[in-house]
Amino acid sequence: MINPILKVSDLSKSFGGLQVTKKVNLSVNPGERHLLIGPNGAGKTTLFNLISGDLASDSGSIIFDGKTVSKLPTAKRAQLDLARTYQILTLFRKDNLISNVKLALLGKMSLRWKCWGSFLYESVLDQNALVVLEKVGLASKAYLPLEQTSYGEKRRLEIAMALAQNPKILLLDEPLAGLSTEERETITVLLQQIDRSITILMIEHDMEAALAFADRITLLHYGEVITSGTRQEVVNDPRTKEIYLGH
Amino acid sequence: MSFWLIQSLNSLALGGVLFTLAAGFSLIFGLMRIANLSHGAYFMLGAYVGLSVIEAGHSFFLAILAAAVAIGLLGCVVERMILRRLAGDSLSQVLATLGIAFVIADCSLWFWGGDPRPVAAPSFLAGGFQILGQTFPRYRIALVIFSIFVALGLWLLLEKTKLGVMIRASVDDRQMAQGIGVPATKLFSIVFCLGAALAGVGGIAAAPILSVYPGLDADMLPIALVVVILGGLGSLLGAFIGSFFIGFIYSFGQALFPDLAYIILFLPMLIILAVRPRGLFGKITA
Amino acid sequence: MASQVLIAAIFAMSLNLLVGYAGLTSLGHAGYLGLAAYISSWLTVKLGWSHASTAAIAIVGTTVIAGIFGLIALRATGISFLMITLAFGQILWGLAYRWATVTGGDNGISGISRPSPFGIDLGEANYFYYFSLLVFILVWIAIAIFVRSPFGATIRGTKDQPRRMSALGFNVWLIRWITFTACGFFSAIGGMMYVYYHQFISPHSLSLANSAEMLLMVIAGGAGTLLGPVIGAALVMLLKNVASQYVDHWVTLLGLVFIFIVMFIPGGIVAGFERIKILLLGSKS
Repeated sequence: MINPILKVSDLSKSFGGLQVTKKVNLSVNPGERHLLIGPNGAGKTTLFNLISGDLASDSGSIIFDGKTVSKLPTAKRAQLDLARTYQILTLFRKDNLISNVKLALLGKMSLRWKCWGSFLYESVLDQNALVVLEKVGLASKAYLPLEQTSYGEKRRLEIAMALAQNPKILLLDEPLAGLSTEERETITVLLQQIDRSITILMIEHDMEAALAFADRITLLHYGEVITSGTRQEVVNDPRTKEIYLGH
Repeated sequence: MSFWLIQSLNSLALGGVLFTLAAGFSLIFGLMRIANLSHGAYFMLGAYVGLSVIEAGHSFFLAILAAAVAIGLLGCVVERMILRRLAGDSLSQVLATLGIAFVIADCSLWFWGGDPRPVAAPSFLAGGFQILGQTFPRYRIALVIFSIFVALGLWLLLEKTKLGVMIRASVDDRQMAQGIGVPATKLFSIVFCLGAALAGVGGIAAAPILSVYPGLDADMLPIALVVVILGGLGSLLGAFIGSFFIGFIYSFGQALFPDLAYIILFLPMLIILAVRPRGLFGKITA
Repeated sequence: MASQVLIAAIFAMSLNLLVGYAGLTSLGHAGYLGLAAYISSWLTVKLGWSHASTAAIAIVGTTVIAGIFGLIALRATGISFLMITLAFGQILWGLAYRWATVTGGDNGISGISRPSPFGIDLGEANYFYYFSLLVFILVWIAIAIFVRSPFGATIRGTKDQPRRMSALGFNVWLIRWITFTACGFFSAIGGMMYVYYHQFISPHSLSLANSAEMLLMVIAGGAGTLLGPVIGAALVMLLKNVASQYVDHWVTLLGLVFIFIVMFIPGGIVAGFERIKILLLGSKS
């Protein structure tokens, strides 16, 4: 029995009278590519926010890498090697690409407390940042200001930032949203190349790309888990078809 | 015994004044998310305008009217020409109001000079009532009654009129309100003008007890902030209760611990901000 | 007057750390001026202690108090933060005004002598100017290093994307608290220079108007740049001391200029120069 790297148990969250997450149970195994699907408003991003710590849950627990993180703030969970991307880009708009990645790298380094020296010319930081940018195919544009990059490149940078954190689990919130076919292919290839030492939990609407990628799938609807299992199981589940009828 | 009664009356009167100031600020913040740092300046300018009207020989009533109209108009202009252009950028709007405060304060100094100007209460309200051998200034009693009317008027506006419903909806959930067709821009203008006018009226109404002087704006603004934070941003009830609460603290504080009175004012605010940022009745976390 | 500009610039630069780099707009900055000034003057005038020790105590004391204020103020952000800092500034002002037995109330504390480091009497205007220049340069260099360091980059990060910074593992609160305290430290230095220059301190220096003026300097000059606060300080001081001789109501002018900048050149004068430079020389690629 493999111990799951992420185990969400009976997780619930309400806003006012509305329960947005209802006793969600989710298990992700190390190295797995797990897809979270569901119609709009199903509560997928809310679930991500609960797992990453951006939102505090009302009840239930989240165990990551053997540690109970349910009450920990976002930063502490990140320090435990959890990384995520956001649906709406949260990049540092006034910087260039390499500065963005360097900041991401700094998050876990003690270097981040150094009050002297130069951020711009820390060679170790620069080198590591370029390596990360290489992984997403943006090394050649490292010194371009962010405003001069395309949306697809920005989405790749968003992923690079998360990779820079050297995470054990990567939460990807709609990494393919709003991209052209070409850009989608680039990023899908990129995601497939990510080493299996990093577990991936992904929200995605682009069924084709996502289904090709996923090992296991969880279907969420109105904040509840409807079904969860291997790709085959979920795709063939009558409830899946019912929910997606007409979509 | 008489000490307590007199101070209570003073507290109520001050509370009433603070309410006119705080209500406007709270509404403006609640609706537009703008911390109007020129609110104290509107208060002061209203007092000055009223003063000029009285010195021109007109009635106190006309002075109040003039203050309301003048400051309301000023608010309208400011909102339309400056704040509207900065829509979406809360910080810039706040900074702009800061600049406006500077300009109003200096222009007031220009027109009315640097000496404090006392304002006499209208003659029919001068003097005091004799109760139980103690004299209670008529004007302060009138102020309390006046502020209750203002509060009632605002309450009626917010609860019973279509405009009020729109305002409350927008304070509660701006996006939702816009989604159902509430005309945000028009609403903002109306509320800002109303808030400014209220401040102006408060200024002249308070003038017989506070008088008018350069620096009145800087004196009143922090107190308005304390009231509004304590009572809760966006809540009229909060502004009402907060005003009287602070009125009591300040009046009694001044009388009992003059050295610490000013500081006592801020402590409740700090505690509330630290413990319950929503304020006592607030709907919004600032 | 030049010394005044330098001293104002020190305050503006320290406030800029908070406003321009950390994105936390504060309206209580004059309080630090007052703290440092009153602590040191009280110790020198009432207890007769030496300048070196009183300066040290004032600076350390103010920094510690800034740290304590920060613990409370940083429980909030945005407007709440603004209001808390305003409250702190007002509390200090109220103390200065009312605690007459210690602070001399409205009359303040006067008769403060200037120090004579290494035997150089700073009572001489020229010497004091060079001293101010020296202190200004040192503070400027310290802040420049601070801001360009890795930590400085993290401060800017918390302004731009605080949520992202948390997700990256940064302790956003701690970064802000350190910046807040550093701001108090540099302001304390400014406070010392201020009290040495004027040889007098009164509650007026801690007023809300003064705090607002400092904020004006930072924003008008260009928040978040190294040069901005210095230019802003120069602008305000110029208006105050020079324009005031020709234009009675320079404050109105200042207010209007400020509103103009906020509306049309939010990056301040520094940004304005950048734009003019681009217009004249063609855009950089």
